[in-house]
Amino acid sequence: MSKIKTSKTFKDKAKAAENKAATYGDDIDLNNYVNPDEKHPYQKDPSQLAAQTKEIMLGAGIMLDDPGQRSATYLQMDNTPVHFSTRQDGVEVMAVSQALEKYDWLTDYFWKAVAIDSDKYTANVELNNNDGYFIRSLPGQKTVYPVQACLYMAQAKAIQNVHNIIIAEEGSELHIITGCATGSRDEPGLHIGVSEFFIKKGAKVTFTMIHNWNPEIAVRPRTVTIVEEGGLFLSNYLLMKPVNSLQMYPTARCNGKKATVRYNSILVAGKGTNLDVGSRVFLNAENSRTEIISRAITTGGNITARGYIEGNARDVKGHLECRGLILGEKGTIYAIPELKGNLAGIDLSHEAAVGKIAEEEVEYLMARGLTKDEATAAIVRGFLRVDIEGLPPMLSAELKKAVEASEKEVM
Amino acid sequence: MLRIKDLSVAVEGKEIIHDINLTIQTGETHVLFGPNGAGKSTLLMAIMGFPKYQVTKGSISFRDRDITGLSVDERARLGIGISFQRPPVVRGVKTRDMVSACLKGHGDRETIEKLAERADLQEFLERDINYGFSGGEIKRSELMQLLAQRPELTLLDEPESGVDLVNIALIGELMNDLLEKNCPIAERRCMGLIITHTGHILDYVNARTGYVMCDGTIGCVGDPHEMLATIREKGYNECIKCYLGRIPLHE
Repeated sequence: MSKIKTSKTFKDKAKAAENKAATYGDDIDLNNYVNPDEKHPYQKDPSQLAAQTKEIMLGAGIMLDDPGQRSATYLQMDNTPVHFSTRQDGVEVMAVSQALEKYDWLTDYFWKAVAIDSDKYTANVELNNNDGYFIRSLPGQKTVYPVQACLYMAQAKAIQNVHNIIIAEEGSELHIITGCATGSRDEPGLHIGVSEFFIKKGAKVTFTMIHNWNPEIAVRPRTVTIVEEGGLFLSNYLLMKPVNSLQMYPTARCNGKKATVRYNSILVAGKGTNLDVGSRVFLNAENSRTEIISRAITTGGNITARGYIEGNARDVKGHLECRGLILGEKGTIYAIPELKGNLAGIDLSHEAAVGKIAEEEVEYLMARGLTKDEATAAIVRGFLRVDIEGLPPMLSAELKKAVEASEKEVM
Repeated sequence: MLRIKDLSVAVEGKEIIHDINLTIQTGETHVLFGPNGAGKSTLLMAIMGFPKYQVTKGSISFRDRDITGLSVDERARLGIGISFQRPPVVRGVKTRDMVSACLKGHGDRETIEKLAERADLQEFLERDINYGFSGGEIKRSELMQLLAQRPELTLLDEPESGVDLVNIALIGELMNDLLEKNCPIAERRCMGLIITHTGHILDYVNARTGYVMCDGTIGCVGDPHEMLATIREKGYNECIKCYLGRIPLHE
């Protein structure tokens, strides 16, 4: 982003945090990766991308051949935006670099939600060549179809630096599906994605993220969402494919009265996959609400499933539900639900459970004529089924389809 | 026909039922009485084939086939169904999914909804199976699943326990349907084996043969209504005494 008018303080702050390890997750040596040197050509018609690339993107929920059910598309390969287009009024989708040229005010949103010096990963994004998507729904505008965005890693052993800005203006409604994927099935790489969400008064955003990495990729998303009065943020995260190391702790701040945040995560970790994933919500204004639900399955990998709710205002309510299933002989699930209340008149609760499939449940289904495998599959499917309140039926169906597509690998 | 021959069953190495002989002819419904701990549920679970209930001696035949070595699901597919007394909650598995599984693809949405209507469980189809169900709702849900499954032999473990008077009539009605009690005797193919602790269900479902089980054996066989009258008047102790009197060598 050459034209970015970042103040010198940004660079200074980033420089100071250049070697700062993150609080959680393995400390990754950034010197093991290169900054991508390859520039990818702009694709006017994304359906012209290679069939294999399109198939990988489809695995992450990105439809390029038949985008009729999408209001806009953004594609980025490594650090180059290769396509962005909008099919519907009321929503703007473009590369952040371009949005900065268009809107002077955009710099006000930079590093406003995510702290630039959070750790070396956020610092790296600021200090190196980066781009990302700018998605904005205009005041009062409601999009029916979701915006789709894909962050694709093409070059091996490279760092993908992404900085996304999402703004839902007052009273607007915005649905986003974002898919992340890699071209190679076995080459290492590092994805760092900074995402800053601004949900203004009475706006509603649903954000569905599907990750489709490979077993050598390390991933460090850094996401913070600020929700104003009466705003709603609904985040669904799906990771069912192998990845080497993924650590993220997306955070939402309910800064306006009656703001609502829901996080749903479905995590599956096979052998060699290490996940440290959580969701964190600060209820900073009266009557704000949150619900955090996670389902974790290990078939041999390690999962740390975190959750944190902090109540800082009167009459806030939060619930955290964290359930883990260990299939197979090995694998670890470490569930860490945390609640912090800082005043009277708040209502926070959590439940956590980690275990194997109960024999009794399998036998119950078998007594109805299902084979042992069918019964186990039905129970796992049920475990992964999270009924997401507030998600449009179309997105719900797509999410269900994505879960079902990956179920076979779990069994 | 169900034929149980010299059957002994152990749970976790301890023999619970000993040398049971029992035959249910096609179209018949039999009733098992007995005090707590007599081994009634163990017998039902062993007929259904749950692995925890190990047959140490004897055999179980169903439809002229020795099923002693078959798994639970094989027995279910052969035509044996069971109503659980305390079925587990299976989170994420909807009641609709269970009914659908019982129908084995032989029923559409409408079939499922009709069954739910009969069992007065329309509001429960989209709920996780057994999650937050009351006693009566569990019983009705079990019977609804069995009505979808249509087993030839139905095993019912205390279908009336925890059920209020309003529900018990409906439960009786569903059981009568399941056991083809509304068909002429000659046309009935379905069999039933019902455990009842209190006998209330006999006011709703007719049965001609009853057994009293004590200490893992069948003490006596007879008319269930007569048996129930005796049990109600004198309690199981009298049954046990009578039974012990007849078999002095019992340990």
